[in-house]
Amino acid sequence: MGDYLSQTWELAREYDVLGAFWVNIQLTFWAAILSLVLGTALALMRISPVPSLRWAGTAYVNVFRNTPLTIIMTFMVLGLWGQLQVTLAPDFAGNFFRLAVIGLAVYHAAFVCESIRSGVNTVPIGQAEAARAIGLPFLPAARLIILPQAFRGAIAPLGNTLIALLKNSTVAAAASVTTETSSLMKTMIEFNSNYIYGIFLTFAIGYVILVIPIGLLTTSLSTRLAVRR
Amino acid sequence: MADETSSPSDAQSSAQDAPPSTAAQPLGEPLVELRDVNKHFGDLHVLRDINLTVRRGEVLVVIGPSGSGKSTLCRAINRLETIDSGEILVDGEPLPQEGKALARLRSDVGMVFQSFNLFAHKTILDNVTLGPVKVRREKTKDAKERALALLDRVGVGNQAHKMPAQLSGGQQQRVAIARALAMHPKVMLFDEPTSALDPEMINEVLDVMAALAKEGMTMIVVTHEMGFARRAANRVVFMADGQIVEEAHPEEFFTAPKSERAKDFLSKILTH
Ligand SMILES: Nc1ncnc2c1ncn2[C@@H]1O[C@H](COP(=O)(O)OP(=O)(O)OP(=O)(O)O)[C@@H](O)[C@H]1O
Ligand SMILES: [Mg+2]
Repeated sequence: MGDYLSQTWELAREYDVLGAFWVNIQLTFWAAILSLVLGTALALMRISPVPSLRWAGTAYVNVFRNTPLTIIMTFMVLGLWGQLQVTLAPDFAGNFFRLAVIGLAVYHAAFVCESIRSGVNTVPIGQAEAARAIGLPFLPAARLIILPQAFRGAIAPLGNTLIALLKNSTVAAAASVTTETSSLMKTMIEFNSNYIYGIFLTFAIGYVILVIPIGLLTTSLSTRLAVRR
Repeated sequence: MADETSSPSDAQSSAQDAPPSTAAQPLGEPLVELRDVNKHFGDLHVLRDINLTVRRGEVLVVIGPSGSGKSTLCRAINRLETIDSGEILVDGEPLPQEGKALARLRSDVGMVFQSFNLFAHKTILDNVTLGPVKVRREKTKDAKERALALLDRVGVGNQAHKMPAQLSGGQQQRVAIARALAMHPKVMLFDEPTSALDPEMINEVLDVMAALAKEGMTMIVVTHEMGFARRAANRVVFMADGQIVEEAHPEEFFTAPKSERAKDFLSKILTH
């Protein structure tokens, strides 16, 4: 164990491990915001009174939830950028970063949508009926009554989605984001194959350190913010 | 609308002929009209050719065995349930399909539910001001003032800043009544407002409702509380299997029901 730790220390000085984690944190941050917006819109579609919107929301979730993330990420680069020349930033690295964020967001939005929908299921039907009965149309009723309660009931599954997103952000390598952790890990192993355990340990511990607080935070939030009925 | 008003059902004339009840106001023009209303849940025919007219200022009590369609009737009137055929008019206007017009109609029809349904994440005060501010576009300050007055009127003014879960069932239901009143409704629907309450809280809610009736509010009340029906109602409608089986003045209905179904039903609820 001591050996591994000293290896780890040596490597950490040689390579920008923290910088790589910072890239994954940024990917996660922007993808989380985008997927929350998109996922909320999808959840609204899925509970809306308009059948075609419900259908479209369901179709989106089924397509993106069941497509491997690697394929979506590869498509972002080869399909959107390679074929359609979609350019979101002037430089290569910036462009790939943004494409990766969008790929992560469209994939995780499906899971955010389902998390919010599970939150909606914790809201008794009478809440929506009371909202309609005082004359609130669908969107105001959703915004003022349903979603605020649904989000509180969805904190735990949303936290799980965030944790998955953070770990899945390593798949950005498939979208040519070369500075993130899994790419750096591969490079390090390539040049220091004798330190392989130390390298694994470095990244494993890094992710554990990032993930544990998210879990603790969401657990405490979901009990603290729970709607009392 | 003239042809409708000139064809009152037998039930209405019997209600008019009956001895005056405690609700003293003379009854006005038709406010809620149901014409040949039918509704199915799958194979289940829950509303069968319902014809019913409720006049302005009238207090109608709907009574009947479980599953007879009372809630469905109530919910159809502000279109929480759609109907398959027939027509429902509120203040002369047919119920709109969806969208803005429907929302506006719903804001004119107050509804009080069996399970209170106060907005669980909002304070008592916010529960009452939400509709006036968000639907009626009243100023927050005015809405608050009125809400506090309404909460005082139903006896929970001192609870305004609590959350619904901190109140007793009886208090919550009185808040729900205040919330509906804050919208200045033309008619109030009550779907078994006291049947989820502990016995000691039933009267505090019925008293609020009786006071409302006395002030001339048009009310449709699904309830088995005979005391309330006798005290406040102009007319009782007895439903069974989705049909209106009998309509009568409360005193007449409870002392001398005409139909077998009603006799049978009353004998059951009177034994306990
Ligand atoms: N959403 C629904 N889907 C299917 N069936 C329903 C639905 N709502 C009500 N029903 C059925 O329709 C019938 C009438 O229901 P309704 O709730 O109107 O009766 P009720 O007279 O209010 O009864 P209770 O006294 O039990 O409240 C019942 O048999 C009920 O099971
Ligand atoms: Mg009912």
